[in-house]
This record gives sequence, C-alpha cells and structure tokens, in this order.
Amino acid sequence: MYPIILLSVFGVVTLFLGFSKSKNILLPSTLLFLALALGTNFVEWGKGPFLYFYDMLRVDNLTLAFNGIVLISAFMIVAISGGFQDNADAEPAEYYGLMLFSLVGAIMMIGFDHLIMLFIGVEILSVAMYVLTGSNKRNLRSNEAALKYFLMGAFATGFMLFGMTLLYGATGSFQLVAIQGFTSNMSAASQSYIFYAGLLLLLIGMLFKVSAAPFHFWTPDVYEGAPTIFTTFMSTIVKTAGFAALFRLLNHTFAIYNFWWIVIAAIAVLTLLVGNIGATSQNSFKRMLAYSGISHAGYLLIALTALSKPTQNAIIFYSLAYSLSTIAAFGVLMLVSKEKTIEGQPNERYEAFNGLAKQNPLLAFVLAVSMLSLAGIPLTAGFWGKFFIFTSAAERGIMWITVIAVLMSTVGIYYYFRVIISSYFKEGDTVKIRVAPFYQIILVLATFLTILFGLAPGIFEKLI
Amino acid sequence: MLTLLLILLPIAAGVITLLAGERMAKQLALVGGLASLGVAVFTWLQFDPAAGSQFGFKYAWVASGGISFAAGIDGISMLLVLLTTFLTPLIILSAFKNEYKNPAAFYSLILFMEAALIGVFTATDAFLFYLFFEAALIPVYFLAAIWGGENRIKVTFKFFIYTIFGSLFMFVALVYLYYQTPGTHTSEIAAFYQLQLSPAAQGYVFWAFFIAFAIKMPLFPFHTWQPDTYTESPTAATMLLSGIMLKMGVYGLIRLLLPIVPLGMEQWGFLAMILSVIGIIYGSIIAIQQSDMKTLIAYSSFAHVGLMAAGVFSSSLNGLQGALIQMLAHGINVIGLFFIVDIIYSRTKTRYLDQLGGITQSTPHLSVYFMVLLLGSVALPLTNGFVGEFLLLSSVFQYKGWLGAVAGLTIILGSVYMLRLFQKSMFGPKSKWVEGFQDLTASERAVLLPLVIMVFWIGIYPSTFLKITEPAVSQLLQLVNN
Repeated sequence: MYPIILLSVFGVVTLFLGFSKSKNILLPSTLLFLALALGTNFVEWGKGPFLYFYDMLRVDNLTLAFNGIVLISAFMIVAISGGFQDNADAEPAEYYGLMLFSLVGAIMMIGFDHLIMLFIGVEILSVAMYVLTGSNKRNLRSNEAALKYFLMGAFATGFMLFGMTLLYGATGSFQLVAIQGFTSNMSAASQSYIFYAGLLLLLIGMLFKVSAAPFHFWTPDVYEGAPTIFTTFMSTIVKTAGFAALFRLLNHTFAIYNFWWIVIAAIAVLTLLVGNIGATSQNSFKRMLAYSGISHAGYLLIALTALSKPTQNAIIFYSLAYSLSTIAAFGVLMLVSKEKTIEGQPNERYEAFNGLAKQNPLLAFVLAVSMLSLAGIPLTAGFWGKFFIFTSAAERGIMWITVIAVLMSTVGIYYYFRVIISSYFKEGDTVKIRVAPFYQIILVLATFLTILFGLAPGIFEKLI
Repeated sequence: MLTLLLILLPIAAGVITLLAGERMAKQLALVGGLASLGVAVFTWLQFDPAAGSQFGFKYAWVASGGISFAAGIDGISMLLVLLTTFLTPLIILSAFKNEYKNPAAFYSLILFMEAALIGVFTATDAFLFYLFFEAALIPVYFLAAIWGGENRIKVTFKFFIYTIFGSLFMFVALVYLYYQTPGTHTSEIAAFYQLQLSPAAQGYVFWAFFIAFAIKMPLFPFHTWQPDTYTESPTAATMLLSGIMLKMGVYGLIRLLLPIVPLGMEQWGFLAMILSVIGIIYGSIIAIQQSDMKTLIAYSSFAHVGLMAAGVFSSSLNGLQGALIQMLAHGINVIGLFFIVDIIYSRTKTRYLDQLGGITQSTPHLSVYFMVLLLGSVALPLTNGFVGEFLLLSSVFQYKGWLGAVAGLTIILGSVYMLRLFQKSMFGPKSKWVEGFQDLTASERAVLLPLVIMVFWIGIYPSTFLKITEPAVSQLLQLVNN
C-alpha cells in the first residue's frame, strides 16, 4: 500500500527533478526513493491481510514478499544504471520516472484482488516497458524492438481484456473471491463454457507477459534490441510480477484444477523445450539470456502446474534466485560489451568474454557464480530454487514433468557453461575493464546472496 | 563433531592456501592435507566398528522440510575417509615437481575437492549427499580444464555434462523418495531404508540411481568420457578422479542403491551384473592395445571398477567387503601408477610405449616401486590387489558360476596389459627419449614409499581394514535381506 503511494509521488518528483541543471542528483534520489519504498513495504509485515481501494488490492505477507523481491531488484538495477552519463541523447529523469511508475504497476499486479486492478497493473507496467525498450532512439534495433513489443503486447492485452469480460459475464463479478466462489460451486452438470473460455484467454494474456511458449516470439528480439539495463528490468521485474499474478489467479480457481492443470503443464513443457533448445544455438550472450529467461519461465510454470503446498515458497525463492543471477549476468555483460565494440556497437557475443578471468577476475567470478546458479548447480541459490520446484511437483505426484525438466537442465548446462569456458579457459585481449566501486558492490552483493541462499536456504525460510 | 572438523578442515586449508598467494601455496596445502590425515587417523583410533554411525552432527537446514545438514561416520565411511585423507597429501606432494601457473588456485582446488569427497562419504542426509556429490565435480572440472592438456576444454566439458546428466536422475529419485517418507517428510538416508515401495517404483528408482553411479564410476556402456578425461587432465586431477572420485560411484551403490531398492535389485541386478562383467573384459582388451601409458591405466581402472560393481551387485558379504577393500587398494595402486607415468613423462616428454624402453638400466629405485605397484594392480598374493580381487571373484562365482569364470579372466588379462606396460617402458634397449634418465628424487620417493608400504600392509594383514567395515556391511545386508 505505502509503496504504491510513495512510488507514484516519487515518480512525479523525479520527472520534475529532470528540470534541474544537475543530472547527478537523479541517481542518488531514485535510489533513496526505492529504499524508502522498500522500507515502508515491510511496515505491514505480519499484520495483514488488509484490503484497499474498495477491496481491489490485497496486502498480505505473500504480496509483501513479492514486492520486496521486485523492489530489491529495481534498487540493484537502478544502482548499476550509472545515471546514463555516457549517452548524450539519454533522458535520465524520464527513464527513472518511468521505472518508478512501472513498479507501481508491478505491485498492483502482485496484490490484485480484482481483475480491473490486474488490468491496470499490467498496463502501467507494460506501457512503461514499451517506452523504455525504445529509449535508445537513434538505434534501429531498439526502435524495432519497441514497436514489436508494443504491437504484440497490445494484442495480448486484447486477449486479456476479452477474457476478463467473459469471466465477468459468467460470474457477474471482477472480484477474485467471487470467482473462487463461482468455481467451487460449479458442478459437473453446470459447467460454464464461457467461464472456461474467459479463463483461457486471460491466461494467454498473462503467459505472454512472462514469455511462455508459444507466446514467446517477441522475447529474443525485444531483449536483444532494448538497452541492456532495461532488458534486465524486463527479465526480472516483469517476470516476477507476472508469476505472482498468475499464482494468485490459479490459486483462486483451484476448484477447477482438473481443467487447467493440463493446459499449464503442456505450456510448461513446451516453454522448457523452446527456451533450452533455442538457447543452445545462440551466438549472442544477450540473446542466450533471453532464451534462458524463457526456460526459467518453464520451470516456474512447473510449480504452477503442481500448485501444492510448497509452491508458494518455491515461486518466491525461485524468483529471487533468478533475479539475483540475472542482474549479475546482465551487469557483467554491460561492462564487458561496453569495452569491446564491433563497428561502434557493443559486442554481446560469447567471444567478448574471452580471457575475462585475466582481465578482471572479480567480474569473471561474478559471472561464473550467476551462470552456475542459473544452471542450478548445488551451493548456489538456483539449485534450491529448482529443488523447491521439483518438490512441489513431487507433492502433487507428477514426476514425469520433473524428468523432462531435469533433461532440459542438462541442456542448460551446455549453454551456461559456454560463457564460463570463454572467460576462464580462452585467451583474449588485454583490455582492462573498469568498474565503478558502487557497481562493484552491487555485483558482489548479488553474488554473495546467491551463495548465501545456496548454502543456507533455511535463512530465507525463516523470513517468510 | 569430528566429522564436521573433517569436512571443514580442508575447506579452511584451501581458503588459507588461496589467500596466502603463490610462494607458500604448496607447503600450506601439504600441511592442510596432513592435518586432515591426522584428524582422520585420530578418528580411526577412537572408532568403534560395532557402534554404527558415530561422531555425527545434525543441524536443521530446511527446517520445515525435515532436511538437515547431517553427517556421521560408520565403518564404510571410515574406510573411505581414511582413503581420501591418505591420498590427498600424496597427490599434493606429487604435484610439487611440476611448475603450475597460479599454484595457489591449483592447490586450493585440490583441498576443496577433498572436503567435498569427505562430505559425500559421511553425509547421512540424502540431499546433503547429493549436494556434495555434485559439488565435488566443480573443483575437478576447473583443475582439468585450466591445467589440462591440449583438448582439455572439449573433453572436460563432455565429462561435466555427462556426469551431471546422470546425477540429475538421482536427484529426481531422491525427491521422489523424500515424498514417500511418512509424516512431514524427512530426507535422512536411514528413513529411506524403511520405505516399502512397490516393485515397479523400485525399478524406476533403481535405474535412476544406476545411471548416476554407473556414469560416475564408470561402468560399461557409460564410460566414454573417462579415458579422454583421464588422459587430458593434469596428473593431480587424474589421481583425484581415478583414486577417489570413482569411489563415489561405488559408495553410492552400497549406500543408496542396495538398501533402498532391494526389489529393484532383484529385477534388474542381473542385467547390471552383466554390464559390469562386460566392462571388465572390454576394458582389459582395450587396455592391451593402448600405447599411451596414461590411457592404458585409465582403461585398467575402468576394468577394475567393473569388478567392484559386480561384487556389489552380488549383494553378498564377500562381494561388499571385497569391493570396499578393493576400493582402498585400487586407489593406492592407481595413484602410484599415474604418478610413475607422470615421472616418466616429465623426464622424457613422452608417454608412448613405442618411444620408451630401457629405463631400468639407470633407475633401480623407480623400477622397484613401479614393479610393486604393478604387482599390486595385477593382484599377486601378498599385495593389496589380491585380497579384494579374491573376495570379489568368489562373490561373483557364488552369484553365477559362469559369470565368475568370465570375470576371472580379469586376472589373466590384467597381467597381460600391466606386464606389457612394464616391459615396453622399462626393459629392452634404451630409446633415445630416455637418455640421461634420472632416478627418483627425495620428494618423489616420499610419495611412493607410503603407497608401497600400504600395498604390503593391505596385502599381508588385510584384517586391519576389513575389520573396520565388517559390522557395517553385515548390518546393511540384513536390511537388504529383510
């Protein structure tokens, strides 16, 4: 609740700060705003559940935990954005303002208790992302990505809205509670096909946002074209918020689990296949991370397929582990690709990482840990993320899906290790890579947390 | 608490080695390795074979899930901990003569590896076991991929993906078993022993475990990563892989597969046995054809581990005891042989048998050490190989007479390839490659002497070691037979 108000106000304030001569104030002020939002987020911890805005928004520990992940990720991403000092065309005040606004959308998605709130949240988040994707306005690929994302996204929104309308037609309410009541009273004789159609259309819209196959086609192009800092934002915050919303929605329609579980299961398997197999054939590290993002959506969908007791913790833990590693990986990519350019464009291919271990051992280590975590190797947070996901599937008794996931994890090791091999075992040039101290702190923090949660997942459990 | 000390001490020593920098790295690593050996021997002196799991600790890890950070030492663990801590200082010492770039990282990785291996051998929680099982891969992967030979990147990558592929199946099986435990679930290995699974489920779990451990050991037909990896790795990594890491697979069979899925064993044990025996013969025949000394020993190791697995699959007291004592013996012999190959290679710059010859003429010490280790490997009576091989063959023979007869060929084939190795490299006219071949230095002797002493100790008085494991093994078999 407080973060929504604070972030909205701070977003406007940030826009006004853009009029001041000194652009240097924007980065520290945005960080301060995010820190305040993060701090006030936990004021309501353990007291809820509260309902706000005419019962449209729900605040309980679950939403606060997801808010925490989103805000921490945003803080780290803003911290490594470096104030956009090196780009004369950049408009930092607008970027930071949009980022703060989009977080409001993310938080609404996480806590929605009413379908309209979900819709508003998705739109606030998406529109901000369309703009940020195209923010590198002199770059053709950035423009192409923004247009692609916008057209496809608008289409998905249409599906979503149509789905909501049908749900309203079937149940007579936008309230999640009413929908839950409707599904639990639905007997085999009184099946409502309008309701089923509406639910499916809504799911399609949501699955588009989290880039699940077969609604993933925009992901690689948009991730590659967008400025890397906003790719990071998209791949962590949009995904976390999207899965939080999906979890809420499916949780409230659990009464018709038998109807939707096979749909989600099929999409999960397809997403895993597309993400992992697509990633193996990429030459660009950034594009590989886009496919890796798709594959991680697949793992999270496994947890949703099961929707058993451990699922809630599994999704929270997995989102956190994935966000930390992704931020670290993109962070290193930004530094490395800036130093090594091909024809004036940042070099985002695997070869850019050759010899990184000699050029900057710390960056190589950060990158290696994040890759190990994304690959799910033990002693990293990513391992426990996969562990909790698999346990939720086992609790529901669907072991076959974990076998597929395990096979795809092996494929994952292949492409995640390519960059470790490049940085540790291949010879590269002797460019020194400069890292600002603050940037370094954020990368080390992400790595430290990844290892800490890898060694002691119990710490996290105590917090929830 | 001693168990915790055994796991943490090498990690601490590894971190200190890493931080101390290049000049002191070797010495610090050796001190760390010896300190662990000291603790292990101290533990052994306190150890009571009949008392089951001892010196344990248990901390809640994922408290709500009943997953704990728990380890302890029973007879089977004790033997393997002794093996690990005995061999690690020798492996460190054996690397002294080579100049590696970035030695601090090199030696600390060896120590991290030791910690992970001890963790595997002592874990009493299934997920902790899995964690160490995987974690052991990472140091050895970096050792092989940074300091290895020409094709190292491709070969070690194959090795890494291959082994992790196997262990992920074990992971699925463990998650499944975890959910079969009653109440709020627990991942204690002992609780898995109590499960009453249906025969069909046991069949699936059997194969999940079998693939994981068969790749790790490796058994036929999952061995294709092994010869290349052994050949391309730096000798220290090869020693870790063959001397100790291979034992993780056999240990897994004994600790998990046998007692958890006895009915799975009943259905599929025969097939597994056949695969093991094929591996024995197949590995031996290929070893006879090799001209690269390192590859030859790699294949001999593949053949030996086949026999150990066959012993385990016979699920008899002799088979298990034989496999355990043979693990000890094989670790000692194979490390000695790889070290001798490394000595020859570092002086002549070749490992090819047709380029070598006549080394005996100038090296009385090396010849004796080489011969003793080699005889241990071909299982001559009074050497360590004999005890294990005798027990193993008798168990296979009791299981199925004709299989025992086929597996028995290992003795003949083993002496063929081993004696050929010795003859081609050491005897004959002096080749141009071995001109000016120096005999052993003091530090090289310091590695080989303890190994040779152990060859005779186990060969002449094996009950020192058999006695450690016997109660634990018979207890395990009781579980299986119920």
